[in-house]
Amino acid sequence: MDLQDITTFFSFSNHSLNVVILGTVLLGITTAVVGCFSFLQKRALIGDAISHSILPGVCVGFMLSGSKNPVYLISFSVLSGLLSVYFMDFIKRKSKLKNDTALAVTLTFFFGVGLMLLSVIQNSGNAAQSGVDQFLFGQAAAMLESDLIIYGTVCLITLSIVIIFFKAFSLVSFDVNFGKSIGLPVRLYQFLLTTITVIAVAVGIQTVGVVLMAAMLITPASGARFWTNNMRKMVLIAGVFGGLSGVFGAFISFILPNMPTGPWVIVCLSALTTISILFAPNRGILYGIKTKKNWNDKLNKENILKAFYHIGEPEQDFEKSLSQNDVIFKRYFTSKQLSRGLKQLKKENKLTEINGKWTLTLSGLKEGKRLAKIHRLWEIYLTKYLNIAPDHVHDDAESIEHVITPELEKELEKMLGYPEKDPHEKEIPYE
Amino acid sequence: MDAFVILFTVILLASANGVLGTYLVLRKSVMIGDAISHAVLPGLIIGFLISGSKNSFPMLISAAISGVLTTLLIQYLNRKSNLPKDASIGFVFTTLFAIGIIMVSVYADNIDIDADCVLHGELGFIALEQNLMIGGMELFPLSSLNALVTLIIVLLFTILFKRQLFVTTFDPQYANAIGMNPIKWDNALMALTSLVTVVSFEAVGAILVIAFLVLPVAAAYLLTTKLKNMMILSVVFSMLACVIGYYLSQALNTSISSAIVTSMGVLFCLSFIFVLLNKRRVTYEGS
Amino acid sequence: MGKPIVEVHDLTVSYDKKPVLWDIDFELPSGQLIGIIGPNGAGKSTLLKTIMGLVEPNSGFVKTWGEKIESFKKRIAYVPQRESVDWDFPASVLDIAVMGRYSHKGVFARINNDDRDKAFESLKKVRMHDFSNRQISQLSGGQQQRTFLARALTQDADLYLMDEPFAGVDITTEKEIISLLKELVSKGKTIVVVHHDLQTVNDYFDHILMINTALVAEGPTSEVFNETNLKDTYQGKVSFLNTIGDVIKEQNFPVRKG
Repeated sequence: MDLQDITTFFSFSNHSLNVVILGTVLLGITTAVVGCFSFLQKRALIGDAISHSILPGVCVGFMLSGSKNPVYLISFSVLSGLLSVYFMDFIKRKSKLKNDTALAVTLTFFFGVGLMLLSVIQNSGNAAQSGVDQFLFGQAAAMLESDLIIYGTVCLITLSIVIIFFKAFSLVSFDVNFGKSIGLPVRLYQFLLTTITVIAVAVGIQTVGVVLMAAMLITPASGARFWTNNMRKMVLIAGVFGGLSGVFGAFISFILPNMPTGPWVIVCLSALTTISILFAPNRGILYGIKTKKNWNDKLNKENILKAFYHIGEPEQDFEKSLSQNDVIFKRYFTSKQLSRGLKQLKKENKLTEINGKWTLTLSGLKEGKRLAKIHRLWEIYLTKYLNIAPDHVHDDAESIEHVITPELEKELEKMLGYPEKDPHEKEIPYE
Repeated sequence: MDAFVILFTVILLASANGVLGTYLVLRKSVMIGDAISHAVLPGLIIGFLISGSKNSFPMLISAAISGVLTTLLIQYLNRKSNLPKDASIGFVFTTLFAIGIIMVSVYADNIDIDADCVLHGELGFIALEQNLMIGGMELFPLSSLNALVTLIIVLLFTILFKRQLFVTTFDPQYANAIGMNPIKWDNALMALTSLVTVVSFEAVGAILVIAFLVLPVAAAYLLTTKLKNMMILSVVFSMLACVIGYYLSQALNTSISSAIVTSMGVLFCLSFIFVLLNKRRVTYEGS
Repeated sequence: MGKPIVEVHDLTVSYDKKPVLWDIDFELPSGQLIGIIGPNGAGKSTLLKTIMGLVEPNSGFVKTWGEKIESFKKRIAYVPQRESVDWDFPASVLDIAVMGRYSHKGVFARINNDDRDKAFESLKKVRMHDFSNRQISQLSGGQQQRTFLARALTQDADLYLMDEPFAGVDITTEKEIISLLKELVSKGKTIVVVHHDLQTVNDYFDHILMINTALVAEGPTSEVFNETNLKDTYQGKVSFLNTIGDVIKEQNFPVRKG
């Protein structure tokens, strides 16, 4: 591979290359979009079962048509896929076998039959058969314009169906019982959803093949999930992931024609999803670590302000300048925690510092006072409403005082009737 | 003679899979087992590249390790990131398997494994392997030895720890309550699954390994309500399917492993039909 | 006055990042039949599981006989909810009853006839001995519950923790089980039951805990099972606690006290 390959690819001037690109992008988008619904129904692995179960259909279609005729292949693939879904359900309904077993039985049985048919084809010496084993790991580069027209049309129809029935599909995936209770034809929608999933799989195997197909459904949805709670946004992001991976797959099939495209598409999808899992705001793992750190900082700062308040409280003198040792005398901090907190509070203008001594600002005082107030209110709540002994409430209040928002604070003081003293006879400092 | 050696090896494998598979089915861990059988591929190849030969100890070890790592990774994802269990499984194993397939293609010159072999295994070629020499006596090929050792390990494990496996499978909460650690036993089974799948992989290919773990077991489960019988029946069905499949493959000129799996599937369907018919008969007699 | 059989101190436990038990603090009297009541989702099952060591608390601790529970797991029989188990497992009633002997055996020890005899005796006590070879998939709800109880009896424990043992069980079985439990209590055993039926609380239990996230009331049934406490349990002054719990979950607040 060299620079020229890259420019050739992205110049979109090569017609047959464009066919491949368009095909893989469409397929990537379609499977990713459809996969979102399987993901939400917690039926991620059914995509795995369906994709393996499609192989017999591919082989039968090939054997009957004598060639890689897409119409035959798609039709028999879909039949095979639908049959497998029905088979799975039948097993679960009529026997003691559970979901996990039914999935695996269907997957392996159908796939075994498929591989057997495949080896019959391979050994039959049919000249066209060399294309068929590409269905195992995918070979996007083999897509012709005539193929594209058919696969492309199927994709567009599938996407249209998703758009039209979006609300219904979402409901069926999220809250089946609610749908039933408002009289929706839930079973019809589920059947439709299953069918387009099977269709998406049947066409998607062009790019990644039967074995890895499940990933095309599951992985983009998994990654998209980390970015949003909103169904529409999730489907959009998944589609983008799928499309990007399609382009990547087409690129690989161009510069490395002897490699199967499938694994490369999956690697691209997995990379995108891994980035999502780690870095997505609100739900990403690294974000969780950052949140924890933020909480620790917040707790630390608030505890420092509270200590300042407590020191000044007996004489109601809050303008004292305190050293670090003064603070630690009132409440224990490690020197690292204290230094860090003090610095942050100074930046936030809650404390001022002169020559290593620290003083509360007005806003710092306000906050420290508020924390002391919440702590005492919460202790009252615990003793009065939850019947917890007064000597057991301090630790709880030490923790919860940091999570009570101004709204909760208002609710709390109202509920308690604006008490004047806490269970330990300390006064409650209102504004 | 060829047929005998092949059948012997496959029967050993089928037995190991039948016993282990019984626990996987009852613990609803079959798809995880499937995931592991795919996810060990990169580990296998790394081991192969390090040791320079197939059937080598490093290869088995690295694959077993990657199996356990896969389980841990799936658990970690599920717990730390709230990705649902089924999605975690699908995501992890497809990624690892894809990487494995790429490695196979890239290192195609260094290793004589190709995609076809990954799928189908090399059952037919077992007979062509060098036979193991012990004390000047020609015994049987190394893969047969692997299969034998694996079976012994599986049998030892399930017999020695019969009670622990029973409790942790049937009632993990009660197991925990009497001081056992169900998670450790889960990991142990997954490690065992890695070992069994890796050894079976060589013979029947990555894809069909799971068939050995579930099809005969599910068929047996339908027909019996005693644990021991379920295992025995699984092994019997396995062996039957191996024999039928082998001759079927010769007759139809297909790969041996896919013919065996198809036979297993047919046996399953027959069991299922039998159960359905019996249910109906019982209903008639009752009314 | 020895160590209390169960001591729970300032226990806060979360489920799915939201606190479902809040500062629970009590000591259980031994040799009594104790009920835990409260609305669904109130944390009753979680409390049992935390006592048993199946769940890690956010703060606080549980002690049994003055020590951490690991030392005494053998002496505590845990009877989980019936739905927590797949009854299609290929095992017989006797197999389940014999499980009660497992905590008495070493790692490699085998089950022998002595164990089976003991299990059979337990089955007799719950009148399931005629079914000892019956497959558990063929049992009714009441029979399943009796099998679980036989397992607990075989364990020969001093403390029994039972999670909703009467859910989905026919009235005859329920009466039989209660009389068996009362008999055990009269022999000095302590039994804690998560219970859902308020009608039978007075008949069944000597001592109760009323829980709705927080411990609303605790004590002898006659003293504590009254209208005021019932109202507090089921119509909660604890809704504010619930609100805070939601905020805690939403903001991923690290609940960590003391």
